Amino acid sequence: MTLRTGSTVGESRAPVDRPVPVSARPPKKQTSFDGYWPWLFVLPTLLGVLGFYIWPIVQTGYLSFTETGPFGGEEFVGLDNYQTMLADGNVGQALINTLIYTVIVLAGIPIALLMANLVNQPGLRFASFYRVLFFMPYIAMPTAVALVWRMIYNGDFGILNWMLSLVGIDGPYWTSTPGFAIVSVGIVGMWASLGFGIIILGAALKNISPEYYEAAQLDGATTWKQFTSITVPLVTPSLFFVTIISVINGFQLFDLLYAIMGQYNPALVQSQSLVYIFYNQAFIQNDKGYAAAIGMLILVVIGIVTFFQFQMQKKWVNYV
Amino acid sequence: MRKITRLAPLALVAALALTSCSAPAASDEAVTEDSQASISYAIWDENQVPALEANIAAFNEIYPNIEVKIDITPWAQYWTKLQTQASGDTLPDVFWMNGPNFQLYAANDQLEPMTNLIDDGTVDPANYVEVLNDLYSFNDQQYGMPKDFDTVALWYNKVILAEAGVDIPDDTWTWEDFATAAKTVSDTLADQGIYGVATGLTGGQEGYYNTILQAGGSILSEDGTTSGYDDPKTIKGLQFWADLIADGSSPSLQQLSDTPHNAWFTSSKTAFFWSGTWSVAELAAASNTLDLNVAPLPQDEKQATVIHGLANVVSAGSENKSAAQAFQAYLGTEEAQTLQAEMGAANPAFIGAGQAFLDSVEHFDLEVFIDEADNYAYPFPVSKDTAAWTTIENELLPQAFSGTRTVEDVANELATRMNKALAAE
Repeated sequence: MTLRTGSTVGESRAPVDRPVPVSARPPKKQTSFDGYWPWLFVLPTLLGVLGFYIWPIVQTGYLSFTETGPFGGEEFVGLDNYQTMLADGNVGQALINTLIYTVIVLAGIPIALLMANLVNQPGLRFASFYRVLFFMPYIAMPTAVALVWRMIYNGDFGILNWMLSLVGIDGPYWTSTPGFAIVSVGIVGMWASLGFGIIILGAALKNISPEYYEAAQLDGATTWKQFTSITVPLVTPSLFFVTIISVINGFQLFDLLYAIMGQYNPALVQSQSLVYIFYNQAFIQNDKGYAAAIGMLILVVIGIVTFFQFQMQKKWVNYV
Repeated sequence: MRKITRLAPLALVAALALTSCSAPAASDEAVTEDSQASISYAIWDENQVPALEANIAAFNEIYPNIEVKIDITPWAQYWTKLQTQASGDTLPDVFWMNGPNFQLYAANDQLEPMTNLIDDGTVDPANYVEVLNDLYSFNDQQYGMPKDFDTVALWYNKVILAEAGVDIPDDTWTWEDFATAAKTVSDTLADQGIYGVATGLTGGQEGYYNTILQAGGSILSEDGTTSGYDDPKTIKGLQFWADLIADGSSPSLQQLSDTPHNAWFTSSKTAFFWSGTWSVAELAAASNTLDLNVAPLPQDEKQATVIHGLANVVSAGSENKSAAQAFQAYLGTEEAQTLQAEMGAANPAFIGAGQAFLDSVEHFDLEVFIDEADNYAYPFPVSKDTAAWTTIENELLPQAFSGTRTVEDVANELATRMNKALAAE
């Protein structure tokens, strides 16, 4: 849940910024020097970011050009690792799997918006209880979530296939059939991240002035029309924020996949994510140089996708 | 309460002062009863802590001033952590080692050889199962003190066998006897969802390594430089499992992934289960334990099982090397290993110390495991970078076992890629 790549994009305005008050003059780019004080205030965070994020990224970048032994001692090999990566079919497959997973998780955002809207209905009883209920999967340990879903998905004894059998459908082995597996994991990922969307979007909904709705009602707008013409445009900044976070989290898929699929899974090779391959190369096969190259690939892909998201926000995000 | 907290920093300083004075004294000189040191001992199995603590208590009767601290890291993180520690020169003084990782650590000079202990007679390798001495030797030097060993045997559920009208297995069983029995169980008890056999097919130790050896094939050449997977006999050993799955004697790979092989057996859903000594504790605690027993593995060209065991090793960079070696040697004594067996922690590597292990579960014929070790056990295949090719096994073999490709085709690809990995070592 970090906006790690936000800083790499270098966009001046954060997505959740409050609107700038309109003044007579167009806002001028600030050139005056504020002194060293502001730097002092951000120093603790800055040190953390530099020490725990930026420096490791630089190191990983360096490692990706080396062949690193299991106990350190690296040797510079130029672009060898990147060449291996281009020729490695598993990496391409993993990229596709990661994209499928991310798209499924993104599909949960409209659902989260609808649910947030329902939970925020004025006069709803137990509203905060529902909010807690929806948020719980998000804060639950991924491995615990995965264990429960493993049982639900179990091909022979799982409740999902039992329910399907009641309506005469012979369900597949959800987590161990290539193709099905990554979708099954994606559905869990979507379910687990709904709560996050509901909380963020719910907060945005509360900030919409009720006067808009009153005015719309006077003009005879239906509830659906109010939703699409008032609610959706006004929550786009938050939608944008949730989208960015979901995409980044989606690309970092590892723990859910690792825990749901298990080690004995015949579909594992066809269902790996990029981070899973990274883990396997770094810690099982001890090829840390190659793993670093995969790490750089993940960084670049997330960077590119996030960059285009920021480019596209002009087309659909409304900052009042 | 308050007083204690105020004094705590003082005590800490005092303790630091003490250790800093005593450490050099213990480092290079021979260890004596008065030696003072504090050493760390890294392991991964929490179940064995009580037995190891008993070992440490007995060790402290001889060396009262050597403090041993157990450091448990769960299996899933153990090797990752150990490798990080090795990179930072902070390896624990004494730690558990297994076969697949041993040569990697030995070849990179992370381990202290036991040569001095063997030369001065503190340790006599003849006391231990020979295969294990070999497993933990590199360039003619022994590094690991064998701790325990495990072999694989045929577990069966006698109630299911009786219901299906199949005889109980014995040491005369051939592959054919086994395959027929497993098929009969699957066919007869299909309406109850019971299968003949379930075995772990990720990693070969429980299943296919054994059948490969029984068929006369090999996984790795003796000098550890070439793959044996393109040998027709090796392929025969793999085909055995593909056939069991194809004719329904075993659940499919997908079923074994959704519900692990041991769960099938402990839920009385399979009649047979190929597994090793490490399953004894689990099967003794299973709800159907009284229905279960164990017999030798079926044979093909010959009888065979893989044998593997853990060893205690000392870090080459240990600051208290003599104390660490004294502890390593103590863990290998008959006294220490008998205690391990009595507490049911492990099947000791010290020859003859295993009686207590045999008696640990009365209704299992555990002698089978020892007989196998004495008569027809083959070392677990390892090379300098074992993980590099076991990953390829796990990637390719499911295609053979599930029938999406022919076993021969998969085995040949595996041999090619494994040879490439071995050449890179």
